[in-house]
Amino acid sequence: MADGAAPVLNVRDLTTVFKTRSGAVHAVNSVSFSLKPGELLGIVGESGSGKSVTMMSLIGLIPAPPAIVSGEAVEFGGLDLLTATDDELRRIRGARIGFVFQDPMTSLNPVFTIGHQIMEPLRKHMGMTKPEARARAQALLELVGIPDAERRLKDYPHQFSGGMRQRVMIAIALACDPEVLIADEPTTALDVTIQAQILELMHELRAKLGMAVIWITHDLGVIAGIADRVLVMYGGQIVEHADVRDLFKQPRHPYTRALLQTVPRVRGERAERLEVIEGQPPILHAAPSSCSFAARCPFSFERCLRENPARFEVGPGHDAACFYDFDAGGPRHVG
Amino acid sequence: MLDDPKVSKILVEVRDLKMHFPIHAGVLKKRVGEVKAVDGISFDIYEGETLGLVGESGCGKSTVGRAILRLYDITEGSVKIDGIEIGHTPQPDLRTMRPTMQMVFQDPQASLNPRMSVSAIIGEPLDEHTKMSKTEKRAKVMDLMDQVGLNRDFANRYPHEFSGGQRQRIGIARALALNPKFIVCDEPIAALDVSIQAQVVNLLEDLQGEHGLTYLFISHDLSMVRHIADRVAVMYLGRVVELASREQLYAAPKHPYTQALLSAVPEPDPWIEDKIERVILQGDVPSPANPPKGCNFCTRCPQVMEICKTDEPPTFEIAPGHVTACHLYSATNTESVS
Ligand SMILES: Nc1ncnc2c1ncn2[C@@H]1O[C@H](COP(=O)(O)OP(=O)(O)OP(=O)(O)O)[C@@H](O)[C@H]1O
Ligand SMILES: Nc1ncnc2c1ncn2[C@@H]1O[C@H](COP(=O)(O)OP(=O)(O)OP(=O)(O)O)[C@@H](O)[C@H]1O
Ligand code: SF4
Ligand code: SF4
Ligand SMILES: [Mg+2]
Ligand SMILES: [Mg+2]
Repeated sequence: MADGAAPVLNVRDLTTVFKTRSGAVHAVNSVSFSLKPGELLGIVGESGSGKSVTMMSLIGLIPAPPAIVSGEAVEFGGLDLLTATDDELRRIRGARIGFVFQDPMTSLNPVFTIGHQIMEPLRKHMGMTKPEARARAQALLELVGIPDAERRLKDYPHQFSGGMRQRVMIAIALACDPEVLIADEPTTALDVTIQAQILELMHELRAKLGMAVIWITHDLGVIAGIADRVLVMYGGQIVEHADVRDLFKQPRHPYTRALLQTVPRVRGERAERLEVIEGQPPILHAAPSSCSFAARCPFSFERCLRENPARFEVGPGHDAACFYDFDAGGPRHVG
Repeated sequence: MLDDPKVSKILVEVRDLKMHFPIHAGVLKKRVGEVKAVDGISFDIYEGETLGLVGESGCGKSTVGRAILRLYDITEGSVKIDGIEIGHTPQPDLRTMRPTMQMVFQDPQASLNPRMSVSAIIGEPLDEHTKMSKTEKRAKVMDLMDQVGLNRDFANRYPHEFSGGQRQRIGIARALALNPKFIVCDEPIAALDVSIQAQVVNLLEDLQGEHGLTYLFISHDLSMVRHIADRVAVMYLGRVVELASREQLYAAPKHPYTQALLSAVPEPDPWIEDKIERVILQGDVPSPANPPKGCNFCTRCPQVMEICKTDEPPTFEIAPGHVTACHLYSATNTESVS
């Protein structure tokens, strides 16, 4: 990881609001983060916390209108993706920024062969001839560990298992040597032994190719094994940001702390009773004007209900959006 | 939960259970083969305990749960509940047994009738199996709602007005209505958020303590099973490959598949993650329509031997209450009787 190097992606104050019949949904609220060259940034949060919408928003995949995507800037490769034209975005998506989504069956087209689908971005974005594209497609399948690659190029998605399809998705995402790979819960639908294969593959690919990766998951175990740095999302906001070891050693947001205590483990001590986070995650119908974790937070006090906490620095490269100061053992004084 | 399963009685006894589904093909829908979803498994569940049933997608966990409750007509084998053989009892005669055994499903959304109010859903089994008066029924439904932590004021609401965790509570209240002894929980938390899973698991534990319930807890979440189960059975491709107490299974797994499965589970701790020596299995699970000859794990087993490709391994009792089906243990052990 190149500390201090210019980020490859810089997201500032990204906000996404959906207008629905039952009112507005504030899915992403003033999200800011940057991605350094070569690092793996993990994003963790429960269902509905805004992980996917954040990623889709920053690359222009949220239909707006009806949704409203706004913000200061999303800087990538000298461009602001928020003001980029559709044409500019199309040239970036699937080429300089690659994607892998949760359900490989919905993102692969069932009527085309795997070979066709890997070759398509190569021909479209890199102007390769058919034989060139086929040779690279085969090399990519080999890279992601699919045996008998040459023959398998002619197969259709349904002829692959779930884990194999996810490998194919990774091959497609890597086709044009992206600077950034965004993987949205790529292993959530897979069995744990197949997940282990994919995580192992990811470690190898990063060592070989050195691209920057954003990896979305709700599994703290996956984060612990794969991430360099972590963003914790809750209610459409980043509530904590830290290097992976700091996050696990010294979580500074009550939600992160509770989450770490609530998950059972297969190794080490077994808890007699699981810690519980009472209540449920919020759906925000208005921009947050109080802490969105307040209803479930054992540390909440009156300020939390009046004001939405900003992200306070709690250590080097570590911030938490919380008015409670765990080091002082009481409400935060500054800010 | 149970301190010593050995002293308590067997509530559920399963022997050589097979559930094969026919595969039909062609215009005449000729039978061309069968999916051996469950292919000869045996185990006991002691009264008051939780038996965890783990394994990967498609290995036959749900089929076991449904076959034990006789939601299927089973292909072969025996199922005894509380000493009564129900393996081959005709469906209409099972009605009197139904109240003792219930099921909680994975998808609380799909298993609740969207057009029925919560009180109607919870009260439905009472209509079917009891002669309670309206007032008695109302009181029972309210009591059940209290027990699972649902606000009584919500009794007239509909399932879509509830969160996933609350819907699962509705499903649990309904399963409890007839005071069952035995509940099959089929992935009851898989569809729930991490922060909600613990709420539901603690509720299941509390209810077990209060009512002396016996659970078959089906899950692919090995860490949650370690939390809730007293004993654990590991399935692979329609078979139980290992069964042991929770402590034995997690501390010293013996079957190569159990070892690989446990090593694959990520650990929410970067320091431990760094040190885990993972057994990465190659390839995918074979189809249960065409399982490999010999040991059905032989196509992926890191310790495969020649005999594994031809001979099906018997089940060995390698320590009291710890059984595994693997040739690695044939030299030092004698075949288990059950
Ligand atoms: N097209 C849409 N219209 C209205 N609301 C939407 C739409 N897409 C997403 N949302 C809402 O935005 C919020 C954030 O959703 P998002 O998909 O980003 O969550 P997530 O963190 O990715 O969750 P998951 O873990 O379930 O994938 C949710 O409340 C969701 O219901
Ligand atoms: N009614 C059915 N007819 C035909 N095949 C079936 C039927 N039910 C299940 N199967 C097959 O039997 C096998 C075992 O399925 P089962 O649902 O029991 O697995 P499982 O372990 O519960 O998986 P999961 O973790 O995905 O729920 C699978 O191959 C499945 O496709
Ligand atoms: S700001 Fe207040 S309510 Fe929010 S997490 Fe911190 S202490 Fe809890
Ligand atoms: S019997 Fe052979 S193939 Fe099967 S698990 Fe044991 S060693 Fe592996
Ligand atoms: Mg998502
Ligand atoms: Mg199942």
